[in-house]
Amino acid sequence: MRRLLKLAFDKHAAMNWRLLLIRALALWAALLAFAGPASAEYGDVVINNYAETQGMRPVVFPHWFHRIRFACKVCHADLGFKFKAGGNDITMSKIIEGQFCGACHNGNLAWSVKNCNLCHSGKPGTPTQVHESTSQELAVPAERGKK
Amino acid sequence: MSRFFFPHLVLVSVLVAPASNAATEPQPAKKGPSTEVPVVIQPGTATKPAEGFQAPSLTYQTQQSGTPLNASNSFNRLLKTARRHQAPTDDGIHDPDNDGTKILQPPLEAYANLPRTASDLGNGVDWVKAMDEHIISPRWDIDDPEMQPLVMDMNIIRFPRGSIPNELFPHRQHTLWLDCSNCHPAIFIPQKGANQISMAANLLGQKCGTCHGKVSFPLSECKRCHSQPKVLPGREGVKP
Repeated sequence: MRRLLKLAFDKHAAMNWRLLLIRALALWAALLAFAGPASAEYGDVVINNYAETQGMRPVVFPHWFHRIRFACKVCHADLGFKFKAGGNDITMSKIIEGQFCGACHNGNLAWSVKNCNLCHSGKPGTPTQVHESTSQELAVPAERGKK
Repeated sequence: MSRFFFPHLVLVSVLVAPASNAATEPQPAKKGPSTEVPVVIQPGTATKPAEGFQAPSLTYQTQQSGTPLNASNSFNRLLKTARRHQAPTDDGIHDPDNDGTKILQPPLEAYANLPRTASDLGNGVDWVKAMDEHIISPRWDIDDPEMQPLVMDMNIIRFPRGSIPNELFPHRQHTLWLDCSNCHPAIFIPQKGANQISMAANLLGQKCGTCHGKVSFPLSECKRCHSQPKVLPGREGVKP
């Protein structure tokens, strides 16, 4: 392994395809080690207002899944979800009382809140955000300096 | 972090190409540093290639230059969305160690029958077309599957400055999904000329950007809003 590494970064080695292969592999391995793949579906919302401080994984809400089944109006007008990731003060006690997610996720219209890990499925440490949103696509964050 | 992914593709091509050359060209039996000279085709020498001759692939240029492809000088360094529609276990925001993650539906499975957009930006799904063609029928009421939306068919045309094509806002497509109260009066004052809309505001997630750029088709699909060719004074008859 050490010999391979030495060969990969040797400036004076004559170029041939084997050396190129070794170098490419070394570079690839280095990139893989660095790259945390964040390629969530457009509109996936991570909600981490309270979850992680309470010892649960963050919640991931897939917009695409829900809009196949419901018009935006159902949640954003009837149920009172605001158009802002993290802008809704959602707690489990409210959900159990039938507010927010609990309007459907009651074991009747959709699976019940007992399936903790289906919502609380986010990677630990992921902050509240909308994935692939414009602000995430910008090379320089648009909301820099806001906080 | 996904900007690192394009170099992978480059590397894959680098990895594959020399291997294929190696498979087709007879290799010298000797070991140690190779002294063979890469085949170079001179321009203008259009002779018939010999039997079994393999045209050198483009990767020869990389080999001749003597430097491997460098991650810091990769193509499209700042492009952030190289991989789309990943399954929950691979998408980077779900925890792959969570049992629940494994039974969540991958987006592409849900999109299988839905009309796709040419750009594949955003979800890559033409949601309104899917609804118009009755491929999906999202409920308008939480309990009543039969209730229908109150659709208002009224177009609004706005005239941006300069040569930017005019923007057509169709109420119909929006009222298929939304209630009047979702936009009026908090986001848009329902009065002609009362709303100051700019792309800057949209980029910051205000006005149209409240949804477009988060869940509805993104701002990079310019012509889906700026869809009306503008006739500039003195340039009538000139096609855009």
